[in-house]
Amino acid sequence: MNSIGSNFFQNWINTDASKNNITVIKPIKGWQIINLKELWDFRDLFLFLAWRDIKVLYAQTILGFSWALLQPLIQIIIFSIVFGKVAKVSTDGIPYVLFSSAAIIPWTYMSQSMSVSSQSLVLGQHMLGKIYFPRMIFPITPVLSKLVDFSISLLIIVGVAIYFRVYPTFNLLYLPIFLFLLIIIPAGVGMWLSSMAIRFRDVKLAMPFVIHILIYTAPIVYSASSIPDTYRFIYSLNPIVAVIEGFRSCLLGTTMPWHFIWPGILTALFLFIGGAFYFKRMERVFVDVI
Amino acid sequence: MKKNITIKAEKLSKCYRIGLKDKIHDSVGGAILDFITSPLENYRKYRSLYIFDDKYDQNKDDDFDDADDIIWALKGISFEVREGEVVGIIGRNGAGKSTLLKILSKITIPTTGRAKIRGRISSLLEVGTGFHQELTGRENVYLNGTILGMRKTEISAKFEEIVAFSGVEKFIDTPVKRYSSGMKVRLAFAVAAHLEPEILLIDEVLAVGDAQFQKKCINKMEDVGQQGRTVIFVSHNMPAVTRLCQRVILLENGRILMDGPSAEVVSSYLHSEKGISTCREWPNLHRAPGNESVRLCAVRVIADDGQTSDTFDIRKPVGIEMEYEVLQPDHIMLPYITLTNENGTRIFSAVDLDPDWRGRCRHCGRYVSTAWISGNFLSEGIHFVGAAMKSEARKGRYFYERDAIAFRIIDTLAENTARGDYGGRLKGVVRPQLKWDTRYHQKQANRSL
Repeated sequence: MNSIGSNFFQNWINTDASKNNITVIKPIKGWQIINLKELWDFRDLFLFLAWRDIKVLYAQTILGFSWALLQPLIQIIIFSIVFGKVAKVSTDGIPYVLFSSAAIIPWTYMSQSMSVSSQSLVLGQHMLGKIYFPRMIFPITPVLSKLVDFSISLLIIVGVAIYFRVYPTFNLLYLPIFLFLLIIIPAGVGMWLSSMAIRFRDVKLAMPFVIHILIYTAPIVYSASSIPDTYRFIYSLNPIVAVIEGFRSCLLGTTMPWHFIWPGILTALFLFIGGAFYFKRMERVFVDVI
Repeated sequence: MKKNITIKAEKLSKCYRIGLKDKIHDSVGGAILDFITSPLENYRKYRSLYIFDDKYDQNKDDDFDDADDIIWALKGISFEVREGEVVGIIGRNGAGKSTLLKILSKITIPTTGRAKIRGRISSLLEVGTGFHQELTGRENVYLNGTILGMRKTEISAKFEEIVAFSGVEKFIDTPVKRYSSGMKVRLAFAVAAHLEPEILLIDEVLAVGDAQFQKKCINKMEDVGQQGRTVIFVSHNMPAVTRLCQRVILLENGRILMDGPSAEVVSSYLHSEKGISTCREWPNLHRAPGNESVRLCAVRVIADDGQTSDTFDIRKPVGIEMEYEVLQPDHIMLPYITLTNENGTRIFSAVDLDPDWRGRCRHCGRYVSTAWISGNFLSEGIHFVGAAMKSEARKGRYFYERDAIAFRIIDTLAENTARGDYGGRLKGVVRPQLKWDTRYHQKQANRSL
């Protein structure tokens, strides 16, 4: 599946470069490089598929995009009652609603895009067997389309922030880093899991409760400061910890807990890059094992 | 001048592993033990489905034995296709046609061998891949177009043309789920027809849609071929293959059996299929179809000169000759033939009407009954003949050999056929030459005043 472009000079001499496009089809073994140019060529498809997901998700619903607000909102309310009022979890003095909204919004995005992304190949198996386009489009598309829901649900944070009179600080400048992490984590997980799910359908069955467990491995309902120092490094290897802590700090203006963030950034990069290579390696067998 | 080679396949082969069947336990203990160890077993089983490393390097000696759980869908296929050629690929189910197309369209990779393709390639293994019920026609055109590899700007430029071709202008902003299945296919094919690849791979997509639209598609595809594009067309629709392709590759069991001019390959394929010929004889009476009362000796297709023939001009009569030996006297026997076309549609069944033998018991001995199908009655294509001997009772029969022989009707576009002055496709299982009568009434100019 290597598309070997014609050599550089020919491309310039010949006006009709496509005539010299030579595709070589041959057996593929082992690790492959990732053809970023091909992915770029298919950028329109990314957008259309993401747009389809968005459009279809709320088709024939009464509430439409309000669902993007309603889901995290209800979770925030429940968590605020259970963990804030009843269990009285320590939040370092931050009002619980504020504390949990800053975490639940990115978490909702990550958990949803992770689970859709991990099923993307299985759900798209029909298309997989009928047409070729870069397979990586399958797990990446949900990660993109869920960004729309995420952007809408940011309104909740804005609302809560106004209510509690939290004003933006310079910490907000760090937000792009965490947005980047927010996207590459589910993309990485999605690439790993979708390529496993197409071969072993166990992933589908494991996914719901893994997501349930993950919510407690990150400081979503509790504060990371309650983790004993001895376990802090291991704890913060979880990239979700970095995203949640980072988001909270950006939005609430508390000091940035870098010691919780650095290890997570490294694991996130490993997840993403490793996932891409693993996906590419497994790509060749997808159609044969459907 | 020889045209450039656009596709060059060298010893392409592909093997699949079929899952081995599950074990059956004979004891509860065995079942429990199996339950505990099964995750490991399952892992091995599902993993083995795609591990072929041992096959990649070996197999230099073209050893394509279907061992235990391995199936070679393609066994070292080599061919070349030149620019502008329209090549048909035919063969039975499981011959490897779809696998070959999937390899060329990069959907799956070959186990061994390689192929080089020069130019932009599009594959159409299905119409309407990625169509979504909830989206409108317009949205689906864009979505499907990008899936097929078009850029958004390209689709926008051709959008009007695509919609006009599909003929669903009125519904273009209606969700596709409200479309009839025919409309969906039209729209999907319209998108595909406006692809502008240099090489187009098509799999059996013409099997859908109504006759008029099919014709439109075939015309469009013929245009594609004439514009110097290369087309590879997999189909079971032999008339379409013969019409569209100059060259046909016949696959059997993963190998190329024949590669040549389409008429030749198609007719050889149709004759080899089911081992059918224009004449079938049972020299050994004891093994012939039938019972102690009567046995079938031979079935033949004959032309009006009495000679067996496999191809008939659409204008000529076709004789079906049935030879049988009556072994017990005093039965009323009704020779009976059936005619089926290549799609499996029964065209007719007919019973012996010879006035000399109506209601008469037969003596022992050999008989030859011939039924004549008049010219200008059957449609183009391959026809399969079945021969039976019925008794008067409602369901009684002595023997029935279905699809015993076959023959082919061709339309040479000559004079004096049902075609008249019409050059297009005349669809239908029969093509009778009817008596037509057209009356002319001169318009009376004064009447409207």
